[in-house]
Amino acid sequence: MAEVFARDTGWSQVYLSDEERAEIEREAECYPRREGLCIEALRIVQRHRGWVSDHSLAAIADYLNVDAAEVESVATFYNLIYRRPVGRRVILLCNSVTCWMLGCETLRTRIQAELGIDFGETSADGEFTLLPVTCLGDCDHAPAALIGDRHHHDLDPDRIVALLRQSREDE
Amino acid sequence: MMERPLTHHLKDDGTALSLAEYRATGGYEALHKALSGMAAEDVLEEVRSANLRGRGGAGFPTGVKWSLVPRGEGAPHPKYLVANADEMEPGAFKDRLLLERNPHLLLEGMLLAAYAIEADVAYIFLRGEYVDPARCLRKALAEARDAGLIGTHILGSDFSLELHLHISAGRYICGEETALINALEGKRATPRAKPPFPQISGAWGRPTVVNNVETLCNVAPIVRHGADWYRSLGLGDESGTKLFGASGRVRRPGIWELPMGTSIREIFEICAGGMQEGYGLRGFLPGGGSTDFLLPQHLDLPMTYESIGQAGSRMGTGTLIVLDDRTCPVGMVLNLERFFAQESCGWCTPCRDGLPWTRQLLEAIEAGQGRPEDLATLEEHCGFMGPGKTFCALAPGAMEPLQSALKFFRDDFERHIAEGRCPYRQA
Repeated sequence: MAEVFARDTGWSQVYLSDEERAEIEREAECYPRREGLCIEALRIVQRHRGWVSDHSLAAIADYLNVDAAEVESVATFYNLIYRRPVGRRVILLCNSVTCWMLGCETLRTRIQAELGIDFGETSADGEFTLLPVTCLGDCDHAPAALIGDRHHHDLDPDRIVALLRQSREDE
Repeated sequence: MMERPLTHHLKDDGTALSLAEYRATGGYEALHKALSGMAAEDVLEEVRSANLRGRGGAGFPTGVKWSLVPRGEGAPHPKYLVANADEMEPGAFKDRLLLERNPHLLLEGMLLAAYAIEADVAYIFLRGEYVDPARCLRKALAEARDAGLIGTHILGSDFSLELHLHISAGRYICGEETALINALEGKRATPRAKPPFPQISGAWGRPTVVNNVETLCNVAPIVRHGADWYRSLGLGDESGTKLFGASGRVRRPGIWELPMGTSIREIFEICAGGMQEGYGLRGFLPGGGSTDFLLPQHLDLPMTYESIGQAGSRMGTGTLIVLDDRTCPVGMVLNLERFFAQESCGWCTPCRDGLPWTRQLLEAIEAGQGRPEDLATLEEHCGFMGPGKTFCALAPGAMEPLQSALKFFRDDFERHIAEGRCPYRQA
């Protein structure tokens, strides 16, 4: 790994796709300094690759000309940047106070029974990763969850299982 | 008829007002009015005399916040305006409504705010989990750009503004304005020391104003109808309306726009319909997860920053989280402290170490393994992480539900310890 963490290796030119670089450049127009693109770049690369590997991290650091340790410190700070592989769809189950009062733990148990995964785990078929998430701002329709980029509310155990089965068939 | 400038025009089908629909309600007339006949100072003065106060929770007067920005010749540029759309307070769900249903109201408010403080660039700082609001905002931004409402020489005036959407990667601390600025700059979202205040040295060292979404949504109605009209919307000495909400085991959880100063009872009993069948009211957090519990005896208090403050809590976001008599108060506080311990940014020691310790003690008590002396330790933590003891307001906020629960629901804590189990759990 040492060689890919070195600065000015040109690693980003080899590693990042044209599309990823173009998307980062589009975001660059919104910010006065390139190093400020760190979070955008992490999000863009993650959107294309599912998660942020050490190689991705090194490529972003090289591309933005900032230290890899700096990018790592940012990547590990934020909840929605994944430094480990995740499934094709991430289930973000709200476990904040109102959803807790209205039964998010029963959803968690039911997902466990359906997919065999608890928080932080990925299903054996690589389809789903289950993570807790902070209040999704839908407390009048609790409990709520995101499956991929789809927001769902007024959930109960049967409904979340139906949604999971259905989302498997999408695409 | 009661006036509801924030929500009156929302569509029943739940979709966002398009630019044309927003214009049909008088949208962007305030911007026309400001750009064709008002100086920046006039807009600022209108907002100041309207007594608009920050709707993110702290209640700081918006006009005063703006007035601290250096303006006129010799002021440093570029200057920045940021809409804080990082709604992550547990139990708060008011800004999402505005973002999803009336995004142009926010954009117009931002344009006017930027005009008032002579900002050059504006950002909407949106939390990453808000996928539907992001879609609504992208569409509204494209519409506004196409119509010449964003960019150079807006509506043929000398006023120019770039407006960008920043999608956060998710941390509660980003709601703190100086932490938000670090996040916007692409860094870890740790809070900054104040002074210097962001109005003097904020994003990239330039003057920056950070305002909550709901705050900014009030600006266009104020500029359009005037400060006197706005002040008349509140009850008593209060100004304007506020989005209030209720969640938990109430009959009709939801969000309602009501005059500032409306009583908690009206929100809880009339709007939310009181408790569901078979549930009684134990207490409630008046304004999100980082506010002190209040009790049924407080229901007749008006929702104002002062009266809720005098009762020992904070109005915060104005969204009630209702605790029923079949939910364990210790479990509820544990849920909140788990959240705060997870979301501590780790910058200062009392918060970084104190919150996980608090969580562990509560976990032990909830699991029936608490010791009598743990309650004194928890009370000590409330002092060690109280106001002024930590770098920012996260840990003091985390202590608010805990300290009030220890006071109001002491029996529940003691029963957990004495019986060695959670009494609310079925045997």
